[in-house]
Order: sequence, then C-alpha cells, then structure tokens
Amino acid sequence: MTGPIIRDQRAFGSGALFLAFAAFFFVTALNYPSGTAARMGPGYFPRLLAIVLAAIGLVVMLGAVRRTAERQALLKWDMKGLAWVTGSVALFALLLFPLGFAGALFVLIMVSSRASPEFTWKGALANAAILIGLCLAVFVYGLGLQLPVWPALFN
Amino acid sequence: MDLFHNLALGFSTAAQPANLLYAFFGCLLGTLIGVLPGLGPLATIAMLLPITYALPPDAALIMLAGIYYGAQYGGSTTAIVVNLPGESSSVVTTIDGYQMAKQGRAGVALSTAAIGSFFAGCVATLALAALAGPLTAAALLFGPKEFFALMILGLILASVLSSGPFIEGIGMVALGMLLSLVGTDLSTGTQRFAFGIPQLFDGLDFVPMAMGIFGFAEIVKNLEQDDKLSLVTQKIANLFPTREDFRRMIPAILRGTALGTLLGVLPGGGAVLSSFASYTLEKKLSKYPEQFGKGAIEGVAGPESANNAGAQTSFIPLLTLGVPSNVVMALMVGAMNIHNIQPGPQVMTKNPTLFWGLIASMWVGNLMLLILNLPLVGLWVKLLTIPYRYLFPAIMVFCSIGVYSINSGTFEVYEAALFCVFGYLLIQLQLPAAPLLLGLVLGPAIEENFRRAMVLSRGDATVFLTSPLSAALLAAAAIAVILIMLPTIRTRREEALQE
Repeated sequence: MTGPIIRDQRAFGSGALFLAFAAFFFVTALNYPSGTAARMGPGYFPRLLAIVLAAIGLVVMLGAVRRTAERQALLKWDMKGLAWVTGSVALFALLLFPLGFAGALFVLIMVSSRASPEFTWKGALANAAILIGLCLAVFVYGLGLQLPVWPALFN
Repeated sequence: MDLFHNLALGFSTAAQPANLLYAFFGCLLGTLIGVLPGLGPLATIAMLLPITYALPPDAALIMLAGIYYGAQYGGSTTAIVVNLPGESSSVVTTIDGYQMAKQGRAGVALSTAAIGSFFAGCVATLALAALAGPLTAAALLFGPKEFFALMILGLILASVLSSGPFIEGIGMVALGMLLSLVGTDLSTGTQRFAFGIPQLFDGLDFVPMAMGIFGFAEIVKNLEQDDKLSLVTQKIANLFPTREDFRRMIPAILRGTALGTLLGVLPGGGAVLSSFASYTLEKKLSKYPEQFGKGAIEGVAGPESANNAGAQTSFIPLLTLGVPSNVVMALMVGAMNIHNIQPGPQVMTKNPTLFWGLIASMWVGNLMLLILNLPLVGLWVKLLTIPYRYLFPAIMVFCSIGVYSINSGTFEVYEAALFCVFGYLLIQLQLPAAPLLLGLVLGPAIEENFRRAMVLSRGDATVFLTSPLSAALLAAAAIAVILIMLPTIRTRREEALQE
C-alpha cells in the first residue's frame, strides 16, 4: 500500500467540515430547552438537524478512506488573493463612516486591485477615478441611497 | 375565459409607460452585467437589487424579472461570440454556438438563440398563466405536513441535480438549514446561536452570504486562472438564418421549449438542467449527429429555447406554492420580502395586479430582449475586451454597495467578507453552494411546518406518512434518492452534470 491512508482528501475535508459545524450547533443547542415531540422547544429541531449533519459528515469521511475511493489531494490555497479580496471588503466596511463613501471606495478599489497579478498603479488609479465618479453619480445623486458621502470630520 | 381576463389585467399593468420603462432598464442592465464573464444571474440580481428599493413593489418585481432574463440572455451572447458562458445554463451553447461563430455564422447563431428564447418565453408565459390558478388552489389545501413534505422533496431534488456527490449536496442543505436557525425562534422568542449580537437576532441574511460566496470568493478563484479570451474579431454580419436554417431550427425550438417548460417547474430544475437535457435530446434525434460540436444549429436552438422556458417556469413553484426551486428564485424571495410581499398562494388573491402584471411583463421583457439585443451585440462584445484586472474591482464595488444598502449598515459587509473566506473554502473542497443557500432560505419554513404538524399530531411523527399527499411527496423524494444510488444512473448523472 502506497500513499496516505486518507485516499480522497477532498471528500475527507468536506466530511470533517460537516462534522465540525454539526458539533458546534449541537453543543450550542444544548443551551436551549428541547421540549417534547408534541411541544418542541427551541432546541429540538437544531439538535435533530445537527445529528443528521453529523451522520452525513461521518458517511462522507468514511467514504474517503474506503479502499475503493479515488485518490484526490486538497487544492492549493491562493492565500494572497484571498487576503487582498477579503481584506479590501472588510476595509470598505471599516472605513465607510470615518472616510466617507468616496474614500472607502478608493481603498476598496486599490486594495482589491492588488489581488491581480497584472496590477499596475497607473491602471488601478485610473480605474478608481472612473468607478468613484460613476458610483457617486448613480448611487448618491441618482438613486439617493443613504450613504455617508463625506468623511466623518465634516459632519 | 378567466385566463384571458387575468392576462388582460396583467398586460394593462405591464404596458403602463413607467412599467415598460422599468422592464426595459431591467433587461438592459441585466444583459450588461450578465455579459460579463463569471457573473451569473444570481450575482447580477443581487448586485442590482438596491436599484429597485425605491420603486413601488410591482415596478420593482417587473424590473427584477427583466434583470433575470437579461442576465440569462447576456450569458448566451458571450457563449456564442467568445466561447465564454456567462452562466452555467449557457454552457452547452458554447459547444455549437462558438463553432458557428468561428465559421462566420455568429450572427445566425445569435438570432437563432434570440428567436428560440422568444418563442420559449411566450409558451412558458402561457404555461405559467394557465397553471397559476389550479396550483394556487391546490396550495390552499396544503397543511403544515404537506408543506414540510413538499419542501423536503424540493431540497432532495435540488441536491440530486447539483454537481458533485449527492450525499455532499444533502450535507450542504442540512448545513444551510442549521445556519438559517440563527436568530429569534419564532414560536418561543428565544435567541438562538446569536451570541448576543443584535444584528443576528433577525437571522443571517441571504444576500451577504450569496455575495460572499458567488461574488467575492468566485473572484478569488477567477484570479488564479489566467484570463484568456478567444475573441472572434470579425464583424458580426448577416443576422438572418437561411431557409435551411429555419427548417432545422424550428423542430429543435419546439422540443426545447416543451422540455424546458416541464423541467423548469421541478424543484432544483430550471434553466441549467433544461439546457443540458435539450442538447442531449437534440443530438439523439438529429439526422446529422456528427455535426454536433461542429456548429449544428440545433445545438444552439434547442438548449437556448429550453433554458429560457425553464428560467421562466421556475417562477411557478415560487409564485403559487411559495417554494423557491433554485437559488435565483430564493433571491427573489428576498427581493419580495424587502417589498413586504410574502411569496405564496396568497399573492395571486391579495395582489392580482402585481401577480398578473409580473407574468405579462415577462412576455414584454422577452420581446424587448429580442429587439434590444441583436442590434447591440457589438456593444456587448466590446464590454468583453475590458481586462479582468479592471473588471473585478468594479464587481467588488457594486457588490459591496449592494450588501451595504440592505440595511444601510456595515455589519452585512463584514458578513459578506466572512462568507468570502467560507465560499473559497467551499470552492477548494468542491462543495456545491447552491444547496446551502436553498437550505438557508427554506430552513425556517421547514422548522415551522414540522413543529406545527407535530403539535397537531400530538407528537406522532408517522403523520407525515399517513396523510396521502405528504406521503406521496415524501415517497417521490425517497424514489429520487434510491434512483441516484443506482450505479447506472449515477454515472449518467455525473456525465450530464460535469461542466
């Protein structure tokens, strides 16, 4: 026998994910009264569902170590791209009120643009200028969405 | 005739100048965004949702429906011209559509798709109008146990039809349902899984989750691959099919329409399944099967009619039973809730102008797409020459604003960022996200109906099997599960669903 015991690592990971969520929800649901089948409390259905999900997770994990399982490795994560994209969205949320709409958009566009391997400062700046102008015109003046347009200092 | 009376009411609503305008804008914007690679109808609708907030409910729904068809249509355009399906229901269109384009027949392929879609749209609208009454009447007979059984059937079918192993699809449904339990328990008022965070008392919102998974995480994935566009650069001339083209496309359109109309009603069905099924059927029936994959016009006409018919009839379960059959319809539930409309049998009785106006506007939207898209093809293709490095920040901007505007608050934006990481995890594990979102949307209703049914039966769970209607629905679900476990069907399904 060659290779790792876990033949299908992708499926094993999926099953483990199900099991982890099931355990989390089951344990948390223990805080809520369960009630009876005829008069269910808030904890009854979550526990039932968590048990179902745990069972599915176990079946998937067992299937992954079966001798007939297809060999499949986990895919490599692009941590940099994920960090730039996720980070830019979080920064937008964080800076929207302190910096105002235009400022937060600028940060969002510049930071997310870094995720592309073909990033250039000139291109990203030009893109930011166009998009900010468009968004101000459409969302603030056109649709009148409730947005903090100016930095908090000016309010 | 009641049907004609109702349709007349619908058309008088849809034909109001303001509503015509909204339908037009919906189609235009939907096509504009739908043409962009990697943005399917779901992300398109979610992005454009804030635009409809300020509108009255019927105008908002008419516009959303327009966006939906526009996005569908935009997807086929790119499939034909640049071999890039805008969304999964036009994947099969790339096979023969792009070959036709390479032979200099892009114009013919585009008008075939347009004619097929328009015809299918007309038939599906009639089917929707004809079925709405009887189905709504049936839905009013449904009690908690029947609704519970119906939703279980829907979720099972949705997992059967999603890509990847069936058991993992079911797992995603269960996970989505667990996530839907976050927030206030409606019958007791208890806060569940909220950990004292006030923004969670109303539960996890659908839109930030959909945006995180289908918008942001998808971008991370797309950036890993090099974007290489194989643009067909020659001018698109000669839109008109020849007589021979017509002779070959008409039967394909008729069959595609029939197939799509039927399959669209199925929970979990809709546009994607319809287009795949139609392609397989056309290839089987054709006198020239060897031409498939080399620019057979039936390979465009059939699937394009089928996906449009399916897209339209998938509104039937939503509008009559209140059960969304796929993720796009689940998003429609969210959109309707924003406008204080509870989808379900009562829409038709309480709000007939809205109901029939929406149906009539679907037909209007299809007509608009027919006259709007063919002349504008050149413009849509130009959009595709924008490099992805400029495009994806723009998508992120619109998604972020869309998420923010749900509650005018940043909490949802953080939520979307979190679900971006989660969505990327799902992509890396190749877990299907659509069943998760369906579980999230249907979870609360399933719990409520389950609890009610159990109260009525005094805790006797066999009630789901002793009532004939719910027993039949659950039996159908069980049959679907057994069928999927059979080895022959399993391999055929894997072949059909792989993209």
